Formats: sequence, C-alpha cells, structure tokens
Amino acid sequence: MNTARPTTNSSSLPQNQASGGEPVIELRNVTKRFLTPAGQVYTALRDLTLSVAPGEFCAVIGPTGCGKSTTLGLISGLEPPSEGSVQVMGKPVQGIDPRIGYVFQTDAVFPWKNVLNNVASGPLFRGVPKSEAFARARDWIARVGLAGFEDRYPHQLSGGMRKRVALAQTFINEPQILLMDEPFSALDVQTRTLMEDELLHLWSSLSASVVFVTHDLEEAISLADRVCVLTAGPATVKGIYTIDLPRPRKVAEIRFDPRFVQLYHDIWEDLRDEVMISYERTKQQNQ
Amino acid sequence: MNVLSSKTNESIDVTGSVEVQAATIRRRRQRLVVNGLRVLLLVVIIGGWELTTRIGIVDPFFWSRPSGIWQQLVTWVTHGTAQGPLWAQIAITLEETILGFVIGVALGIAFGVLLGRNQFLADILSPYIKAANSIPRVTLAPLFAIALGLGVQSKVALAVVLVFFIVFFNAFQGVREVDRNLLANARILGASRRQLFTEVILPSALTWIIASLHTSFSFALVGAVVGEFIGAIGGIGLMIQNAGATFNANGVFAAMAILAVVALLSEALVSALERRLLRWRPNTVNDITI
Repeated sequence: MNTARPTTNSSSLPQNQASGGEPVIELRNVTKRFLTPAGQVYTALRDLTLSVAPGEFCAVIGPTGCGKSTTLGLISGLEPPSEGSVQVMGKPVQGIDPRIGYVFQTDAVFPWKNVLNNVASGPLFRGVPKSEAFARARDWIARVGLAGFEDRYPHQLSGGMRKRVALAQTFINEPQILLMDEPFSALDVQTRTLMEDELLHLWSSLSASVVFVTHDLEEAISLADRVCVLTAGPATVKGIYTIDLPRPRKVAEIRFDPRFVQLYHDIWEDLRDEVMISYERTKQQNQ
Repeated sequence: MNVLSSKTNESIDVTGSVEVQAATIRRRRQRLVVNGLRVLLLVVIIGGWELTTRIGIVDPFFWSRPSGIWQQLVTWVTHGTAQGPLWAQIAITLEETILGFVIGVALGIAFGVLLGRNQFLADILSPYIKAANSIPRVTLAPLFAIALGLGVQSKVALAVVLVFFIVFFNAFQGVREVDRNLLANARILGASRRQLFTEVILPSALTWIIASLHTSFSFALVGAVVGEFIGAIGGIGLMIQNAGATFNANGVFAAMAILAVVALLSEALVSALERRLLRWRPNTVNDITI
C-alpha cells in the first residue's frame, strides 16, 4: 500500500500533467504584512513558496484565518506582496491580469443586475459588443443550469443558484487561471456536493489552472490534483500532497474510495496540529 | 446534473383550492375593515372639530372650523386670492420647491460622491461640513431675502441649502458603504475606473440617495414656504402670512391643506421613482401563510 508523503515543490507535478512545463503560478518566499487600524503589523503570510502547473487543480487548505485568502489576493493582483515574488505565466504580477478569474467566498454578484446582465458583465466591461456578450452569457447561463432565470435578480435566487451565477460570471471570461476562495462554504451539504461536481465538469472543458482555497479537507481531496497544507497564521507551506485519485470523479462517491480514506488520514495528521494551534490562539484571545 | 429543471413551485396549480379562496376572502375582509376604520377616524376628527366649534367649546376665531376652511378654499378657487388667482400662487411655490429640490439634489450628489471617493478631501473638509450642518439653516432666510430680493431666487436658495445637506450626507455614506467584494469582483471581471463608478459605486449609492429624496422634497417645500414668510410677492407661504396677519385662521388652515396635497402628490412621485430605479431590491411585502 502506497502512502501519501509530503513532497517538495519541484517534484510535485501531478500525474495527469505529463507535459509539465513552466509553472503557471509561482510564489517564491512571499511574505505579506498588513498594518492594522490600531497601528500594529499583522503578518498573514511568511516565506511561502508554492507553484501551480498548467491545467492543475491545486487545493490550499489550512486552519480558519491563517491567510489562505491573502494568497489569492496576491496572485490576482488585488494586493502586492511585502516581500518575495509572485509570478503568473512567467511574469511578475502587476495589477489585475485579465487571464485570471476569481470566485469569492461571499456573494459578489451585482444585486442590481439581473442574471443575464450579471453574467454578461465581464465581456461588457472588456468591450465585447452587446449582442455577442449577451449571446455568450445565455450560453453560460444554460451551461450552469440556470436557463429560464435570465431576468431574475439575485435576491430572487437561492444561495446555490447565486453561486451558479458567480461561476458563469467568472467562466464566461475564459480564464486561464481560476482562483476560488471557499466558494461553496456558505452552501448546505447537498447543494455543495452538486456544485463541486458541476465545478469539476466545467473545469474539464476549460483546462484552466485552479487554486482552490478551502478549510474542508474532504472537499480539497475530492476536487484537487494536489493539496497544499498551510500552517496556522502567519501561514507557510507545511506539506504538499499529490492526490492520485482517477478522474473523472464523482464527489459524492469518491469519498468512499479506500485511497481517499488513506489520503484523508495522512493529510489530517498534518493539518490537525495546525488546527489545534489556531484553536488555542483564538481561545487565548477570547479570554 | 441540472437540478433546476425539476418541478418548480409554480407548476402545481392551487389557485382554485378552498384554502386559497379562504385566504383571499380573509385578506379582502381585513382590507375592508382597515379602510372603514380610516374613514371613521376622519369623520370623528372633522365632525368633532366642527361640533366643538359649533357648541362653543372651541373658539372658531382662533382654531377655525372645517366648514370655514372649506368656504375659504371655495372662495380662493372661484374668486382668487388677495395676490391673484390661486393656481398662480401654487405655481410659484411649486416652482421654487422644484428648482430648489433639483439644484440641491444635484449639488448634494456631486459633492457627496466627490468626497466619498476622495478620502484626502473628505479629511480636510469634514470639520467644516459638520459645523455648517449644525447651524439651523432656516436662519439664512432673512439673509437670502436681503441678498437675492423678494423674487423666486431667495426661496430657491433656502430650499437648496436645506436639501443639499440631506442628500450630501446620504450620497457620501452610500459611496463609502459600497461592498468591497463587489468592487474587487468588478475589477477582476475587467471593469475600468469609470465602469467601476457607473456600474458598481453609483448603483450601490443610489439606495441611499433615493432614500434621502423623500425627506428632501418636504424640506424643499419648507424652504420655499419659510422664504415666502420672510418676504415675497406671491406663493402659498405669502398667503399664510397674509391670513395670519389679518387674523384669518380659516386662511391659514386652507393654505396648509393645499400644501399637504402638494406634499402628498410629490411623495407619490418620489415613491414611483424609487420603485422604478430600485426594482432589483427585495420587496418588503410579506407572503401570506395559507
């Protein structure tokens, strides 16, 4: 029985990525500090090194509040690093890259736009003619299973449906890099499994590299080619695990696979300590 | 894969069922009771007023009476007022109100958005804005009368000053409260600075701005009327001023009634505008449990 072993960055290209090639995303010794309103320095990331190969699905997991979202902020260009370098497709990140898509944790669809206009936002912002933008939006709305809901406003939709709108809104720009910040954490378990399957399906047709931030280990293993465990904040990489489960996967069923159980067990060994550290800290803060 | 194409709520037809009919009847009956009680309340107030002045408990010389007010309104409509025809007076006050409202709203939005977007400018100006806001602004009325004369301008100026601060603070707050996630999302999707403003910041601030329009219009009306009190050559405020000066309580109340109608009509207009512009907001009408 082969057990999962933490591997180093250089040797961790996923099996299904035979071509390998240049990493699409490369964070080298990145540190990110924030100045809090009280004037204190808060270090979110410390000396973090991580790379993602073309077409790879990489899950980043760590205890709550450890700085996982900050990583995505750096890759997207919304935030610059304090130290170290962030490279996307071989070039340092400068501002927002149009090849990047970002699905946020909270609802970020525009409440004053109906579904059609929400999904068409990206192409319209980027100067695509209206008729073409709407045609593409209709196509994507149908692909995420929302056909017939084009003229609804977000408040008229359920949480899962709003997430579908967010996915369509991101996928319509055909991103080569997809950043996802706990996108399904607010959904109920059943809807969540459905959305995870839907995501894998959409991803397979897009061949984008994905960085998927989550605090749910089951979700990370079911979706990803590689799982990267971060330490409790300030976050740095604790271990990287290759998930050699076959694709296509069915999220609801793969968790009964013996290999899944083995991987879960191994990664949890690593993650548990960090979760405990993080938990002890919040307990101290509250006292 | 597609869970949403399954049977939705609407596909089950229950319109004809007994429960629905009963609920509809219950709702209709409740509405009837509410309307009936409203009419009753009006009758009691108007009738009580009329009665107490008739039997001598209340002196109609000071407190007027409904029949006297009605008489006054009829006289104004048929014979005109002391300053000319009634519609001309309403037109003057409306003109001042609407001009003051429009200019005040435009300035309020412009400055609110400017300072909401520019932290540096906001930091410099905030103590002065707070100071200016703390002054009771109707006290400017005599100043405007001196500087701008007895015509429309002095009333418009007062209305503008009253409206400006309300709209300004709301626009300012609205621009600041824009959801950071929405801004980040729009930027990632490819919005330019201008698009961020027109597509995210402005629609988001509009909720706040429109909420302020309700109070703004009544303040514009206050500005126009108070301006007319101080010195004017026409308008409803002047009519009230004249009526007061000649101990005509009926005239004061009759002019108040006209102002109330004007205010209610404008309120309905603003509400219609609100419904039109904020269609995307969840409506607050509750479902009825059957």
